[in-house]
Amino acid sequence: MLGFKNIIKQLKSFLIEIGELSIFAVRYFKEAFKSPFEFKELLRQCYNMGNRSLLLVGITGFIIGLVLTLQTRPTLMEFGAVSWMPSMVSISIVREIGPIITALVCAGRIGSGIGAELGSMRVTEQIDAMEVSGTNPFKYLVVTRVLATTLMLPLLVIIGDVIAIYGSYLVENIKGNVSFMLYFNQVFDALEFGDILPATIKSFFFGFAIGIVGCFKGYHCKKGTEGVGKAANSAVVFTSLLLFIIDFIAVFVTDIFYDL
Amino acid sequence: MTEHDNISKRDIVLELKDLHKSFGDNHVLNGFNMQLFQGENLVIMGKSGSGKSVMIKCLVGLMEADSGTISLMHNDITKLDQEALDILRADIGFLFQGSALYDSMTVRENLEFPLRRHTKKFGEHIDTEIMVIEALENVGLASAIDLMPSELSGGMKRRVALARTLILQPKIILYDEPTSGLDPITAKEIIILMQDIQKKYGTSSLIITHDVDCARVISDRMILLIDGIDYAVGTYAELSASTDPKIKAFFKH
Repeated sequence: MLGFKNIIKQLKSFLIEIGELSIFAVRYFKEAFKSPFEFKELLRQCYNMGNRSLLLVGITGFIIGLVLTLQTRPTLMEFGAVSWMPSMVSISIVREIGPIITALVCAGRIGSGIGAELGSMRVTEQIDAMEVSGTNPFKYLVVTRVLATTLMLPLLVIIGDVIAIYGSYLVENIKGNVSFMLYFNQVFDALEFGDILPATIKSFFFGFAIGIVGCFKGYHCKKGTEGVGKAANSAVVFTSLLLFIIDFIAVFVTDIFYDL
Repeated sequence: MTEHDNISKRDIVLELKDLHKSFGDNHVLNGFNMQLFQGENLVIMGKSGSGKSVMIKCLVGLMEADSGTISLMHNDITKLDQEALDILRADIGFLFQGSALYDSMTVRENLEFPLRRHTKKFGEHIDTEIMVIEALENVGLASAIDLMPSELSGGMKRRVALARTLILQPKIILYDEPTSGLDPITAKEIIILMQDIQKKYGTSSLIITHDVDCARVISDRMILLIDGIDYAVGTYAELSASTDPKIKAFFKH
């Protein structure tokens, strides 16, 4: 009975949080289209997020490409279908693995960073100081960061995808003596517009989710250093969950369009 | 005629009437009243958790009071829209308890930040460099202009925060525990600095503190915030001579 009550309590607080996050997101859209626009801060955030995540996304993509090829190769060889490797790898990376892995890496790297940064600013009254000085902190801190993650994530996904496919090519080149031209010809033959577009659109939503949750957690951080830690931690946990939900919805919607 | 009588004849720049603020069942302010006169140093003292910081945050619109009126330079801030409030805020300086310097910006950028939204006050062609240097010179820290806040000591941070407050040339400065967390010597330096600024610019100051020495040195008038109300009002000498046990408790050393 106690366990059931606990589940109800947790579900209630989860739903309240979803409601508060929705209000926060609505405020974002209201503020994003109102002047003054913080272009300088937006560019700074884009540079910070893109540049600082590039190495991590690149390494992760490269390893994913290597591992995927190494683990799939024996099975494909068994069926005499190893020539399908470029198609299989490119489609699976572009459609699904690339966006979701890049988004998860960025949720850890960027989402937690935003949560901790804004949380720390809230606790040390920097956000209040900004408001007292006549600057809208929501616009300066939240709108710029969410817009930066929304714009930068698709770029990071594209870079991650290219590096992952290159990693796959390296394995094929070493194990199967496949040339660069042949491998990438097959990749481009296999990939269609219908593979790339939904994945890119999905990446924008992933970027938005990372930014909005990180900002929400940091902006509403409870007092104290413990609050900052919790904000950073829950930003990652909540975003990761949200990414899979968005991914499911995106795949579901894409599937409907494929059937038409 | 006493100094107190002289001050009370001046214009009222800030007035709170019957201010109430609660957090659930916790009634922090229960009808608090106060008046700040032009050029006055008014100290508000109260125990930790008595609602001093809540009151000062209601004053600048960082928190919304449950009821009561807040009149800042004859504007009822509870009735102002965001833009009008932001314009009014250019005339109010706020020194935060923990300095609240922006970590990711240099001292120069910290001081330039408030100017970007208040170009109307100084004209479009303001020379921010001169203003920043002048503000830093006022607090004796012109050499720290390119340092990051993490490179400053606690006292230096407080002085830079004071310079940031001064850069908008406010008419009223609100100090939230200006000497808390500082050693006695640095605290004394900050108090002297506050007095110098008041003399130089003729600002009105509202000082929230529980530092009796700070209150003794700087106050023209004091209000004791007890049980959410303005329990006692008077000069330091008047209040420190009181026989009321609740008032006496503040002045015990």
